[in-house]
Amino acid sequence: MLLRLTPALIVTLLVGPIVAGVGMVLLPAFGYLPALGGDALSLAPWRALFAQPGLAHSVAVSLTSGLVTTAVSLAIVLLFLAGTSGSRLDRWLRRLVSPLLSVPHAAAAFGLAFLIAPSGLVARLLSPGITGWERPPDWLIVQDPWGLSLMAGLIIKEIPFLLLMSLAALPQLEVPRRVAMARSLGYRPTLAWLKVVAPALYPLIRLPVYAVIAFASSVVDVAMILGPTLPPTLAVSILEWFNDPDLSHRFLASAGAVLQLGVTLAALAGWWGLECLARRLGRRWIDAGQRRRGEGCLRRIGKSAMLATTLAAGLGLIGLALYSVAGFWRFPDALPDTLTPQHWLGTLPSLGGPVSTTLIIAASATLLALLLALAALENEQRSGKYPAEGRLLSALSLLYLPLIVPQIAFLFGLVVLLESLEARARMALVIFGHLLFVLPYVFLSLAEAYRRFDPRWSQLARTLGRSPNATFWRIRLPMLLAPVLTAAAVGLAISIGQYLPTHLLGAGRITTVTTEAVSLASGANRRVIGVWALVQASLPLLGFVIAIGVPRLLWARRRGLQGAP
Amino acid sequence: MTSHRLDLENVDIRIDGQPLVALDATIGPGEVLTVMGPSGSGKSTLLSFLAGFLDSAFEARGRVALDGRDITVLPAEERGIGLLFQDPLLFPHLSVAGNLRFGMPRHTPDKSRRIAQALDDVGLEGFGDRDPATLSGGQKARVALMRLLLSEPRAVLLDEPFSKLDTHLRQEMRELVFDHLHQAGLPSLLVTHDRDDAAAAGGRLIELAD
Amino acid sequence: MPRLLATSTLSRAALLAGLVLAMPAVASPDLDDWNAVRDAARGQTVYWNAWGGDTRTNDYIDWVAERMAEEHDIDVVHVKVDDTSTAVSRVLAEKSAGNVTDGSIDLIWINGENFAAMKEHDLLYGPFAEALPHFALTRPDANPEMVTDFTLPTEGYESPWGKAQITFYYDSEEVATPPASIEALLDWAEAHPGRFTYPRIPDFTGSTFLKQALIALTDEREALYAPVAESDFEAVTAPLWDYLDALHPHLWRSGRQFPSSGPELRSLMGDGELALAFTFYPSEPAAAVADYELPESTRSYVLDEGTLGNVHFVAIPFNSPHKAGALVLADFLLSPKAQAHKQDIDVWGDRTVLDVAHLDADTQALFEVDDSNPAMLPADALQKTLPEPHPSWMTALQDAWLERYVDE
Repeated sequence: MLLRLTPALIVTLLVGPIVAGVGMVLLPAFGYLPALGGDALSLAPWRALFAQPGLAHSVAVSLTSGLVTTAVSLAIVLLFLAGTSGSRLDRWLRRLVSPLLSVPHAAAAFGLAFLIAPSGLVARLLSPGITGWERPPDWLIVQDPWGLSLMAGLIIKEIPFLLLMSLAALPQLEVPRRVAMARSLGYRPTLAWLKVVAPALYPLIRLPVYAVIAFASSVVDVAMILGPTLPPTLAVSILEWFNDPDLSHRFLASAGAVLQLGVTLAALAGWWGLECLARRLGRRWIDAGQRRRGEGCLRRIGKSAMLATTLAAGLGLIGLALYSVAGFWRFPDALPDTLTPQHWLGTLPSLGGPVSTTLIIAASATLLALLLALAALENEQRSGKYPAEGRLLSALSLLYLPLIVPQIAFLFGLVVLLESLEARARMALVIFGHLLFVLPYVFLSLAEAYRRFDPRWSQLARTLGRSPNATFWRIRLPMLLAPVLTAAAVGLAISIGQYLPTHLLGAGRITTVTTEAVSLASGANRRVIGVWALVQASLPLLGFVIAIGVPRLLWARRRGLQGAP
Repeated sequence: MTSHRLDLENVDIRIDGQPLVALDATIGPGEVLTVMGPSGSGKSTLLSFLAGFLDSAFEARGRVALDGRDITVLPAEERGIGLLFQDPLLFPHLSVAGNLRFGMPRHTPDKSRRIAQALDDVGLEGFGDRDPATLSGGQKARVALMRLLLSEPRAVLLDEPFSKLDTHLRQEMRELVFDHLHQAGLPSLLVTHDRDDAAAAGGRLIELAD
Repeated sequence: MPRLLATSTLSRAALLAGLVLAMPAVASPDLDDWNAVRDAARGQTVYWNAWGGDTRTNDYIDWVAERMAEEHDIDVVHVKVDDTSTAVSRVLAEKSAGNVTDGSIDLIWINGENFAAMKEHDLLYGPFAEALPHFALTRPDANPEMVTDFTLPTEGYESPWGKAQITFYYDSEEVATPPASIEALLDWAEAHPGRFTYPRIPDFTGSTFLKQALIALTDEREALYAPVAESDFEAVTAPLWDYLDALHPHLWRSGRQFPSSGPELRSLMGDGELALAFTFYPSEPAAAVADYELPESTRSYVLDEGTLGNVHFVAIPFNSPHKAGALVLADFLLSPKAQAHKQDIDVWGDRTVLDVAHLDADTQALFEVDDSNPAMLPADALQKTLPEPHPSWMTALQDAWLERYVDE
């Protein structure tokens, strides 16, 4: 049966290209690249790499940004969930998850940079009234050498992701029952949540957490905007070496890509160590049995941190929106001198092509990903073989490889490989490239809802005489419509945000809003960047609107499906 | 009126080699066999086995025959065995009529009239278009029963179907369910831990050991 | 609308597939027979990889594409890149994979180091420039920069397209008299701490600033026009490092951080963080004023001793499958009509490579510069052009800078 082959198909589809891509980077990393005269294996690229000024600093920033970003994002998400009381503010913050998730990383980074820069929105709002500044102060805030602003930018984007993943996993933990139990033993609600829910939740979101570590330690676009510059992070350095006009730097870049893979793995190993430590400390904390101490403080930290990051993201976007219609905007004016539609009018005529290409690619990749994910999950249901909760080594968890292996470590190799296979169907290659990254996220978003689905529904349908296929189409799929559409929206957002895979696999010929935005961003025209960032953010937002709206419309007369996950 | 017979021949279910539940019984037309036992005695496992959902962790021996035909290895949807759960489990995305229609064999003539008739029978005339979520607990239970009967099963399994109902509804539903099963001449197997259920069913009683 | 677009892309792809099947190995066009080249070019799709960071440049390329479709039946696709070297990488990857006839790039906007690298590794097609009918209008015998790219003879492997020259600009409401030399710049920076900087090395514009300063400061200027290996790098560059050591504490962010690119300098000028900046494109300040990025009080100038200038070119990768189309496009870019349109400050403002004085009077009229824009350079300012040093200097300066200023 076709269904049974799906897991194997998925694993081949995802693992094959990555292994091949890494292989094609390993060769030049050891000096083998005949087109540039590298005919023999050597360690010269590594010697060149380690002689690069500032390499240790680059590696250190990449490593810490991987760990710190993840730890802070996770802590804020857990504290927020622990302290959540169903107030209007809480619900409002939760509702902002999807829109924030749909903001592309680069757009959020531009927004934050403009917010906190010495000439940014905050300084403008406070000047000259409070600060007395007529000129922006010469302060090093954005692109600081320690990578703090880089981490802040990543945290703003990773919180919505971890929050969404947690919200998807929570229903199966029967939170109200657990918390009620702990409260009956005298624990305050926030501490009850942290002590009885958080330890059970973590194994369920461990893979998304690992994906955040890998992403934060190897990100390129955000690091170019917010990261340190002297030297930049490892991933940015690698990209610069790959792009160096002196082609012999390709060897150095390849060695760097292999090193990046090592740095990401080291960050993961470091996290694993932190996990062990946290487990031990956490157990001691739980055993200590405090029921009240620190509860108010923890709750306030969680809520205010969540509020602060959400506001930062929102204000940053508002800043970009203002810039997209701004005439000249002199410091310290809080608003532009004049408003003009010129930047939008100049962009609109060239929008049609990129937008339709973006949607075609995103829809195809997402549809394929949904098909594969549903097939794999349905196969799981029918064969009754479930991967153990939180277990890492089941075959299907190889699905997450594309999230763990940095893009920069295998995409360049993959291009060379595909070239030598004479694969020239650019559009198909790009869609396939997107699938590598869309599938894991779609699977991640869908799996919990699917596995949690009460098996009695399907059993009932079967005893009413319906085949497994009919049961799938007529019961499981319609009842899971909301999570399926949410997974699709996540998939669309991921696809729309892809730059390197689109650019490299499409040979630059496939123009999406993201490739367009990135190439225009190199011109540093903040007004144009504002226009494109908003366009780029609005497309995935459309997906989330549909994902939330369609079930509401379709099930308007079915109360039992409203508020379903 | 049709009449059916369900034979359980030397059924023996084990887990990791340890015997869990063993049963040898024949259930005649309209008869209800009640199986009682504490939690963990294998009642639900027995139902899963009979309905065709036994987890591969269990090993089962013996034979199940419906009207003399061996159904032990048939997939669930081809067995002709209907199931009534603790919860009514009305499909939330279908209307009341949609729920009833879902279970009806494909070539049933005159489906709409039968649905209306069935709703009439349980005092729910005109409820066809309603959203199941708007029904009361008792109403839902009655729709679930009608959905089961309209699917024309040849035997029925009851998994503590009254345990979640309010006390005053419970007796009413017991009568309704057992009356209809008797009338339809269906052999039924009731799993419960409530002696009153067993008494209301009126048939033989088997108690499983711990 | 999207559907229409999709269909036309599809049919174009089908057409393309048909062509490729019909002529498996596309032979290089016969450059002696321009009519044959033009005929062969008809119906081709030319993928032109060009930096896409500037909306005006992009709009100009769109205009070129329209003209090419109308006049030559050639479909020009602007492949926007964020850095020319990504295009170089692509050709290199194709060569590594043995793709020698069906490359994905037909024309590249290029010069300097990237050209040197591609030529060195045999990644370019040519020589072809001499064969372009309009090439003669650049009068290469009288204007050697048309056939010289960073001191390297182009040998016909690229065709000139436009001219760039370091141009300083400032906000006249804030700065009364900007520094007129590299030496004066240091005094100015001391007096105005934090208001000037240059892009981080290895950025192109930043590296050019190093070269500009080196030319002004070194005692051995001639050494810069030969490969770096032929001179004593330490001795030649010592004055530069002394200068930078003195300058950095007075730069923006005290020289602990640098903007990532030339365009970012402009952005910082707009924010009021900088009071003085420079660009490689003389028309950029005026264009930025028109786009509301810079205040109307922006003024441009060049240093008294002149500033570095160079020519940018287009080149054809060795494995381009549409060389005929690329040749016709390169020739069109040199036509007086295309060059004049490009020089128009309302379009792009990129200076022509044609020797305007030797064109006939009617054609010359096309190139008359409008002097009324106060943010524009006076027309005579660009007479003082310093030629680019040998490309090996750029790499050596970059390495030395990184070694010196990247903190460990």
